Amino acid sequence: MANDQLLQIRFVSPIGSLGGGVDGPALDEALAHAPHFIACDAGTTDAGPFSLGMGTPAFPREAVKRDLSLILRAGRKANIPVIIGSAGTAGGDVHVDWVLEIAREIVCEHDLTLRTAVIYAEQEKAYLKRLLHENRILPLDPAPPISDSVIDGSARIVGMMGVEPLQQALSGEANFVLAGRCSDSALFAAIPLMRGFPPGLAWHAGKVSECGTLVCETLGKGVIFTTVSHDEITVRPYGHGLRCTPQSVAAHSLYENSDPYMHRECSGTFDLTNATFEAIDSVTVGIRGSEFIYQPYSVKLEGAALAGYQSIIVGGVRDPYIIQQLDSWLSSVRGYVDESVVRVLGDGADKSLYSLVFHTYGINAVMGGLEPVPNNLPHEVGIVLEATAPTQELAHKLAQLSRQPLLHYPIKEWIGSITAFACLHNPAVIDRGPVYRFNLNHVALPSTPFEMFRTHFIDLGGGSRSS
Amino acid sequence: MILADIAKLIRSKNAGPFTVTFDIMFADLASYRRVKASGALNPAAFAKLYRCPVEKVRFFECENALAFKFSIPRPLPQGQLGDGDMHGGQQFIPLMSVEIP
Repeated sequence: MANDQLLQIRFVSPIGSLGGGVDGPALDEALAHAPHFIACDAGTTDAGPFSLGMGTPAFPREAVKRDLSLILRAGRKANIPVIIGSAGTAGGDVHVDWVLEIAREIVCEHDLTLRTAVIYAEQEKAYLKRLLHENRILPLDPAPPISDSVIDGSARIVGMMGVEPLQQALSGEANFVLAGRCSDSALFAAIPLMRGFPPGLAWHAGKVSECGTLVCETLGKGVIFTTVSHDEITVRPYGHGLRCTPQSVAAHSLYENSDPYMHRECSGTFDLTNATFEAIDSVTVGIRGSEFIYQPYSVKLEGAALAGYQSIIVGGVRDPYIIQQLDSWLSSVRGYVDESVVRVLGDGADKSLYSLVFHTYGINAVMGGLEPVPNNLPHEVGIVLEATAPTQELAHKLAQLSRQPLLHYPIKEWIGSITAFACLHNPAVIDRGPVYRFNLNHVALPSTPFEMFRTHFIDLGGGSRSS
Repeated sequence: MILADIAKLIRSKNAGPFTVTFDIMFADLASYRRVKASGALNPAAFAKLYRCPVEKVRFFECENALAFKFSIPRPLPQGQLGDGDMHGGQQFIPLMSVEIP
């Protein structure tokens, strides 16, 4: 970025999630319009707590490598920075290192040189406990309870960084910023804010761009190209058959947000109450009026704790006599399992240690207590038994002990031995391994925007150094 | 007429692991305004439909997006033992049959 008096800043959002399948030709098309940077989100909590808890990514390595390779090569070709955030789905240190290793391979294979800033977002428990004791961890609504033992019991906790660590990395001449857990919008707002563009527009531009073509009327293959000036954002797709409309762009701020107007970031809230959307041409939308309110600095925390180990059995019931009394029949099955556990496993397997959940597909499995039509009995019910326990061995035995009563627990309508449950598999029991739960919905109040994050500069493709 | 006949999209989704949010979207301003004028969508009606305290219901009218939005705490946090809808994507069904006079 040579010009100090930029009238506009342009950027590309190549895909809503790294690994989702970047459209190479559309990326090339966007590159021809001289963007100043490329940014891409690589994470989400959407899939559930497992990635954060276990330290594994949600996308296959090959998918991430393909997309990252296209993006890094595009960045080098245009000589512009590439910013990747929330690396490896959950943005923990292990996730960042996983993507860094992929980047190393790409650099070797394509003979690239990347001044890389790696920003880690995982949080030390001792630090968080100190913040907690200083009343510098606050609950969001709704939030589970927090205590030293909640922090200690977490498998992994990350802080969601704002623009400041990214900007620091870019000021250190990084042309590849690989960040752990990060606000999606911050990836795109960091450079426009550094260059003095209005914060309301910079943040809103990030928001409309971060999900890729999800901001279009219909999702499809392509990339998003966004321009921020001092009084307007324009957003358009490149890709066949895609278009942004005032309604599609306005509606995008609804998606996965509890409040469509007020979006909290580390340094404040961007307020879209007065934002206006107008068609510039058949595929481009102009946005004006987005505002930003600075507030005390806070960093959102995400934590996952081990809920136990799980084993499941999948099958179904077709017998109408059982279906019409399914709840009470399953209660009886559960009672029988509880008794067998005590009989077979003894005191080591106390009822309070494990959980048995029956998901009854066909009867309220999807909506549970919210189901508006609870009394329509189907002719067939799918059942997934989930047994969860502190060890895989115990979970497995619980599921094994559940199989016989599921198969044979009697009902009064039939006289004689029944086989009530259509087992899908042999062996019937599937071990699912560890399962996690989200255990934080809180913000931390650090003394600076930087103290929760650690930046290392690494020259990929050349000599290596750290700071 | 019911809401599903007028809306172009009714959807639900997690907004973070502890909140589920509902969007009711329209193809044209007339449909949006018709539903708005009916008063059928409001926090009290939603609270009744979703069996939650009305003070927990957040309601937004978004004319520039031709959409209404509700957000409530998830009955169970995402992925908690017993949760049957990891993404919260199938929780919108009760909204479909809201009568629009």
